[in-house]
Amino acid sequence: MPDKEDLLPHLFRNEYQKIVSVLINLFGIAHVEVAEDIVSDTFLSATENWSHHGLPDNPTAWLYTVAKNKTKNHLKRSHLFDSKLSPQLKRDSPLNEEIELDLSYQNISDSQLAMIFAVCSPIIPTASQIALALNLLCGFGAQEIADAFVTNKEVIYKRIKRAKETLKEANLPISQPSITEITERLETVLTTLYLLFSEGYYSTSQQTNLRKDFCMEAMRLNYMLIQNAATNVPKVNALMALMCFHSSRFDARTNKLGESVLYHEQDENLWNQELIARGNYFLNNAATGTHLSKYHLEAGIAACHTRKGDTPTKWQQILQSYDHLLQLEYSPIAALNRVYALSKVSGAKSAIKEAEKLDLKDNQFYYSLLGKLYSDVDPELALSHYQTALKLANATCDQMLIRRNMEELKSPEN
Amino acid sequence: MEEFLLIFRRDFNSKDSQPSAEGLQNNLKLWQDWFEKLTAEDTLSRPIQRWDREGKIVKSKNQVLNGPYVEIKEAIGGMIFIKAANYDEAAEIANGCPVLELGGNVEIRKAVTPADH
Repeated sequence: MPDKEDLLPHLFRNEYQKIVSVLINLFGIAHVEVAEDIVSDTFLSATENWSHHGLPDNPTAWLYTVAKNKTKNHLKRSHLFDSKLSPQLKRDSPLNEEIELDLSYQNISDSQLAMIFAVCSPIIPTASQIALALNLLCGFGAQEIADAFVTNKEVIYKRIKRAKETLKEANLPISQPSITEITERLETVLTTLYLLFSEGYYSTSQQTNLRKDFCMEAMRLNYMLIQNAATNVPKVNALMALMCFHSSRFDARTNKLGESVLYHEQDENLWNQELIARGNYFLNNAATGTHLSKYHLEAGIAACHTRKGDTPTKWQQILQSYDHLLQLEYSPIAALNRVYALSKVSGAKSAIKEAEKLDLKDNQFYYSLLGKLYSDVDPELALSHYQTALKLANATCDQMLIRRNMEELKSPEN
Repeated sequence: MEEFLLIFRRDFNSKDSQPSAEGLQNNLKLWQDWFEKLTAEDTLSRPIQRWDREGKIVKSKNQVLNGPYVEIKEAIGGMIFIKAANYDEAAEIANGCPVLELGGNVEIRKAVTPADH
């Protein structure tokens, strides 16, 4: 009879992406569906068996054994063994030894690294890359991804399917990336991980646990790059630091009702000090070499925000980082954040001058910032800016935030 | 008390209606809980029997197909025998079946006894 012992949380999801990576590594990217079928079938057998007989002593080992057997059966039954990919397999295992699915720790992490570089190939559009990464590298289903993206399942399903077809058509070799490939592609890989993290961190979805999982997955993949000597470069550490700093506030930034809590209203006791410490560790590791990436700068800014106090040096430092960041890569959001930092350093009036130069007429955050900056200078004008922001805001949580700012404006506490 | 056969069916075939790994793990938990509940409440009339998922289908003379999945959209995932007073009570029990969470369905059949006919 089934026993009540609980499975490791996310065991299936975690093992799914591991076994899929190893299988794709074995079969080649053209056979991604075969790999997925074998893994799905393994989990189906597990569900069926375990619900009747209870959990085995070592669920992971059970899954690996079944996956290995299903792979053997598949190779025996299908033409896969005789088709073009087999000569190599046969060469690698002379005397016609049976193909053994290598689910060792080393092969799993090698396969996953190779998969990261395949999925983050520039031939796939960015939006699809993130969906594909979540699906193949993290084991999320189309419905879960759709929930986090606040869209419907069909959209995500099609996006993943198309991305897989693109990979198949390109028939990219799945292999350990060479040093040249790492140099060429690491930037794309980091962008994907950064977006994957942001998807979890900034998504408007109410599914807090799912969003947290996305962030954790981005960090796990990033950490894999750090563990591999070839990809353990300063900017990879910088991105890891950035993710650690941001996620340290995960529990503080939403209240029990699921509403977002503004930075200055957050309970610092809820900030995860361990993650902050880890962030500092990775930031230190990132501080080598001559190349200053945007991740270095963003991590530096995030590090400043792990201390709440409003010291002049802190804001000076943040302002400088934003200046530098904008030189590296201009983005309206970074420009707005820079103006906010400027207001902390040189006061609202000079910040207003800078802000109005930006002239981001269709950006809600632009008007929210103007509202904030004008609050003490000209409350009436501030209110009208907030109203414009409210008209532009689509997400409910953004609207709530703006309304709260408007109320504060009407009844100043201090 | 009457005996009822509960047959669980769901679509094992269409790619886009398969549960995710996480969904399947959650479903496993539901099955464990459900079987445990049925056992604890002494609802099962016969021990749970597992059935191979491969299967064969005989279509016409000499035509035997491998696996139930080929042309039938919904395949049998399993079946159990339960005790219930009537169809309504059996349906009530079937309502808790985790196959429903995966978009499947439960077919209920009452065992016919000599007294019925």
